[in-house]
Amino acid sequence: MENTERLQNVSVLGAAGKMGSGILLLTALELADLSLKPENKDKTFILNAIDVSDAGLSGLMKYLQGQFIKAAEKKTVQLRGMYENRDELIENYDIINQYVFDVMNIIRPTTKMEVAYNSTLVFEAIIENPDVKVKLLSQIDQNNHHKPWYFTNTSSIPITQLDSAANLGGRILGVHFYNPPAVQKLVEVIKGKETREDLNEFALGLIKSMRKKAVPSNDFAGFIGNGHFMRDALHGINEAKKLAKESSWVEGVYTINKVTQDYLVRPMGIFQLIDYVGVEVCSYIMSVMNPHVKDEDLHSDVLDQLIVQGVLGGQYSSGAQKDGILKYEKGRPVAVWDLDRKDYIYFTDFQDACDAKLGKMPSTFMPWKAVNFNRSKAAILETYFNDLNGMNSLGANIAKTYNSRSNEIGKKLVADSVAHSEADVNTVMLTGFFHAYGPINEYLK
Amino acid sequence: MKLRRKVYMVAGYNTVSLGTGRSEFHPKKERPGIEHYLQEAGQAVLKQIGGSANVDEVVIGNFMSARFNKQAHLGAFAAIIDEGLRYKPSISVEGACGSGGLALTTGIRSVLAETADVVLAMGVEVQNTVKAIYGADILAGAGWFKNRKKGHAYFFPGEFSDRAGSYFDTYGRDYARKGMATWFKNAIENARLCETAQEHENKVGDLIQLGLSEPNGKVFTDYLNVFDCSKVSDGCSAIAIVSEEGLKRIGIPKSQAVEIASFAQVVDNLTEQPKDPVELTCTKVAAKQALTDAGITKDDLATVETHDCFTIAGILATEAIGFAERGKGAEFVAAGNTARDGIIPFNTTGGLVGWGHPTGATGVHQAVTLWEQLTGKAGDAQIKIPKEKPYGLSVNMGGNDKTVVSIVYKKV
Ligand SMILES: NC(=O)c1ccc[n+]([C@@H]2O[C@H](COP(=O)([O-])OP(=O)(O)OC[C@H]3O[C@@H](n4cnc5c(N)ncnc54)[C@H](O)[C@@H]3O)[C@@H](O)[C@H]2O)c1
Repeated sequence: MENTERLQNVSVLGAAGKMGSGILLLTALELADLSLKPENKDKTFILNAIDVSDAGLSGLMKYLQGQFIKAAEKKTVQLRGMYENRDELIENYDIINQYVFDVMNIIRPTTKMEVAYNSTLVFEAIIENPDVKVKLLSQIDQNNHHKPWYFTNTSSIPITQLDSAANLGGRILGVHFYNPPAVQKLVEVIKGKETREDLNEFALGLIKSMRKKAVPSNDFAGFIGNGHFMRDALHGINEAKKLAKESSWVEGVYTINKVTQDYLVRPMGIFQLIDYVGVEVCSYIMSVMNPHVKDEDLHSDVLDQLIVQGVLGGQYSSGAQKDGILKYEKGRPVAVWDLDRKDYIYFTDFQDACDAKLGKMPSTFMPWKAVNFNRSKAAILETYFNDLNGMNSLGANIAKTYNSRSNEIGKKLVADSVAHSEADVNTVMLTGFFHAYGPINEYLK
Repeated sequence: MKLRRKVYMVAGYNTVSLGTGRSEFHPKKERPGIEHYLQEAGQAVLKQIGGSANVDEVVIGNFMSARFNKQAHLGAFAAIIDEGLRYKPSISVEGACGSGGLALTTGIRSVLAETADVVLAMGVEVQNTVKAIYGADILAGAGWFKNRKKGHAYFFPGEFSDRAGSYFDTYGRDYARKGMATWFKNAIENARLCETAQEHENKVGDLIQLGLSEPNGKVFTDYLNVFDCSKVSDGCSAIAIVSEEGLKRIGIPKSQAVEIASFAQVVDNLTEQPKDPVELTCTKVAAKQALTDAGITKDDLATVETHDCFTIAGILATEAIGFAERGKGAEFVAAGNTARDGIIPFNTTGGLVGWGHPTGATGVHQAVTLWEQLTGKAGDAQIKIPKEKPYGLSVNMGGNDKTVVSIVYKKV
């Protein structure tokens, strides 16, 4: 089957979800641009937006309309060319409206899974539950005569496992977008043992056309991104516990979050990142990964305890951060959840003492925001880390240990053949997690 | 034609040119509407000239409030500026981005016709009501609508990109871009000296390098980058146009005013593409007529305010007015001749690229700047006006060199 033909009937499962909605957006724009090519004039393109939630689908369509308008406004120069022969479309306004209509016209929102029986490509982005995923995939495959190709967005379930359990005969590939897909550039691509090469190539073409960066990852639970993040998070939790022995959990969390954000020049501290992804999601991903790893226990009793106490993090549909391990005001952390008192303790109560213990930061410190987009990023980091290396404060020491652990995790991903190369590990952390530098670095000794 | 009666301009005022670049501007924050701008600038002039009782007539230049603000009939806003303007004559005039210039010539004609001794001339535009991509549709109204379909998404940048492209082909790309980048640099440096300028707070270090950024035809135009373009602006400018009797009535000494030595207002055919893309022919005709009628040459000018809607228009204006020979404008500018310390300072408060371009207000803004410079009121932006060169020239253009107003001002 030719690529264009394959894209004429696509289904996205879980289309109303965080990931599904973004994947739908990107795919819809892709199909619209295809449909507007003169050679495809007589072809119909269909994109089924499938989800169990009617309310979710209704919200999805509103979200999409806004996004399509923005996308059209950004590429009006090209659109004028694409609609050159439509004499009645004169002003940018006419052209943008027409394009938004044309994209929306491809999408069929529905709660009926059966529509996927006619699809030639199925993008799966439903909840991260192996049983539910397998059941749905095999149901579709048994009823679909086209031998469709499947992309799964799973964060942690091995592709080979999905393939064999749903009996897909190698017609499935991990295409792991990052949240939010519309913005994040990185896509991890994961072949299962039996995955067909033509499916992989087709995916790489599509990802490129969506202007994303594909990084291949081997089929190990968690792949590269979560393979690093989950271990990094566990290290953070353990470091906080160590500090807690001499002070308190609350102070430990504050301190480690500060060191990981400031000392290590990251976009956010490790506990804020756990909240961002969601405490339950992290815990769940670890539980899916854990049976597949040897010599390691990817599990955290602290996360379990938080979940029991209802401290979950995650985001509101507006994208605002929900309270989790940390409490947020205007998007900034202001307090830490106390596991014993079951309440938030404000930074202001203990912050000064903690900061004093950490010691002074090098005068060459600049926050992530000022560094990451700076043209002289490499030089700034070089100078700063050099200074930090020369220091023997508590803060500098925690940072050094943290960085070397991050290093170790990165190298292990290569040693275990999860990643093809150290460069791939770094690319994932740079593009998927917006780190200013890769975990495999020579900065700190 | 020589003026048969003495005409002066006095008591000018500019609001801030609001838009990207100004720290108080935020696209999502509520902003003043067209009424507020008219009130601010109008009242500021009235205060200087002894109140509305002294005003015989109001003229408001505006290009596209009917689309930007869904508001037409601006003349009848006069009474919101001051109750005393109710039941007085007031009109709005339109000639695309030359609307402000038309407000001035309309006021001058009234004084010459002796139907008014004091005219409140204003220009206003509030453009940030829509995103730039839709603003481009609206501004395209300055061209012939029949050409809109085949025009660029950013219609006017597209038109002037074509001119720039021709200039590149004829005289060399790098040569031209160097001149254009210098024009940009001068504009920003002058704007930094003027508190109302949109680029007043600009802190960029290497302006030449920024000005030389590669154009990207995929998202914008083939030959212009965004730094080659004037700004999207909200703003209002106002000034009083008065006769000798009018000056007496408002009680301001002549030394505080500038004399209008001549004015020219000409049009070209809107339905035609430029016959000579590397020349602003209509501008050339207008400037020549204005200088001739004033009985002076370019060498008598101390400063020029020209319509640099794009840096290439600034370069072409130095040629059209006669400072540089054909094809030599880029060199003339790159050599620093049009900078504030050059032989002929152009656009001393930043022009359209640096001060801003509230389209319908621009012509009046030029008059206010020249009045300030020739009467020593330009503050930090003040340049030296040599005794032997007591003149200033303005060139205000509508569309792609289709309506042009050129005025010669004389220090009294
Ligand atoms: N959120 C992230 O940061 C992230 C990042 C990368 C990958 N992922 C992966 O993407 C997938 C989706 O995650 P999410 O965060 O978008 O979750 P989500 O809860 O936001 O979305 C899941 C959607 O699937 C729908 N759904 C549930 N069961 C369904 C079924 N049987 N049939 C059809 N629709 C069903 C839900 O109604 C919901 O709209 C998971 O596999 C997750 O591991 C998530």
